[in-house]
Amino acid sequence: MSDQEASPTSGIIKKFLYVNRRAPHGSNYAQEGLEVALVGAAFEQDVAMAYIDDGVFQLKTDQDTSEIGTKNFSPTYRALGDYDVKKIYVEKESLEKRGLTQDDLMPLVYEDEDDDWAEKPMINLVSAAELQDIIEQSDVVLNF
Amino acid sequence: MLHTVNKSPFEKNSLQTCLRLSQPGSSILLIEDGIYGALKGSDAAANITEHLQDRQFYVLGPDLKARGIDKSRLIDGIEIVDYDGFVKLAVEEPKVQSWM
Amino acid sequence: MTIEVSGKSYETDEEGYLANLSDWNLELAEAMAKQDGCDLTENHWEVVNFLREYYDEYQIAPAVRVLTKAIGKRLGKDKGNSKYLYELFPYGPAKQACKYAGLPKPTGCV
Repeated sequence: MSDQEASPTSGIIKKFLYVNRRAPHGSNYAQEGLEVALVGAAFEQDVAMAYIDDGVFQLKTDQDTSEIGTKNFSPTYRALGDYDVKKIYVEKESLEKRGLTQDDLMPLVYEDEDDDWAEKPMINLVSAAELQDIIEQSDVVLNF
Repeated sequence: MLHTVNKSPFEKNSLQTCLRLSQPGSSILLIEDGIYGALKGSDAAANITEHLQDRQFYVLGPDLKARGIDKSRLIDGIEIVDYDGFVKLAVEEPKVQSWM
Repeated sequence: MTIEVSGKSYETDEEGYLANLSDWNLELAEAMAKQDGCDLTENHWEVVNFLREYYDEYQIAPAVRVLTKAIGKRLGKDKGNSKYLYELFPYGPAKQACKYAGLPKPTGCV
């Protein structure tokens, strides 16, 4: 294979971090951020998601858009695990500021190939200080 | 007068400005991302609790449901209305001011 | 674009994907396949039905890698591999099967 054929699937794996800061239904940012992350993950990149500020509302349980006439993309977050996304970081400070706890968030899981496909939780609550390091250590940070 | 607020109080100051510039006796309806202002126990809750005495607060039910916010999570004293209730409020009040 | 089946016309996008998910029916799936010169066998239907269920649960059409893995889990390793799936759907298993399933183009497909 020649060097020119280097495609995203042919070797170089970068650490992508998708930073989501918007509430889910008031604008398109949330849905687009999720779709772009899934596209990135389909190309076998190392994808992690961060939810901060109003972005934490994207992961709220029990979202049902049937009465506002928009597509309910909330179930799509549960597909992240199928796309081999294993890391979701939620900033503790953002949750607390909104009167939410981890119990308010969808219990998202991935199946660990190296552990007989056991279901493992994806959501990690992290402090702002921890998130600083996560952002610093990512190769590419994309904002939605 | 009916005031509507459709932005999250954690992202924009629409709710704060609405409360500063609405007269006592006004009705305030939270819609779309504005409904997050009605969450009990949040940093933004004081905006509303400080004005419960002299303003009537409403939230639009379908927007709560879309965002997965149960009525048990709302600040006490806020009333939930459906689309018909929204229309009724808009008709009853002489004017509508939208804080966007 | 439109596709005609039994005197009824259904709206599609420029690549032949159904515009309205709710228009889908068995006859329409067979007509779409026929246009591509493909006769739907039981093995094809297994994949098409799997995709419809996946969409129903997650509201997206899975990318080919995700589909292959999920089919393997559901229907066994002899079906959850690209060789088997590409033989059934030579235009690309996710793309082609999603079309017959009445779904949009898979997320993660360019």
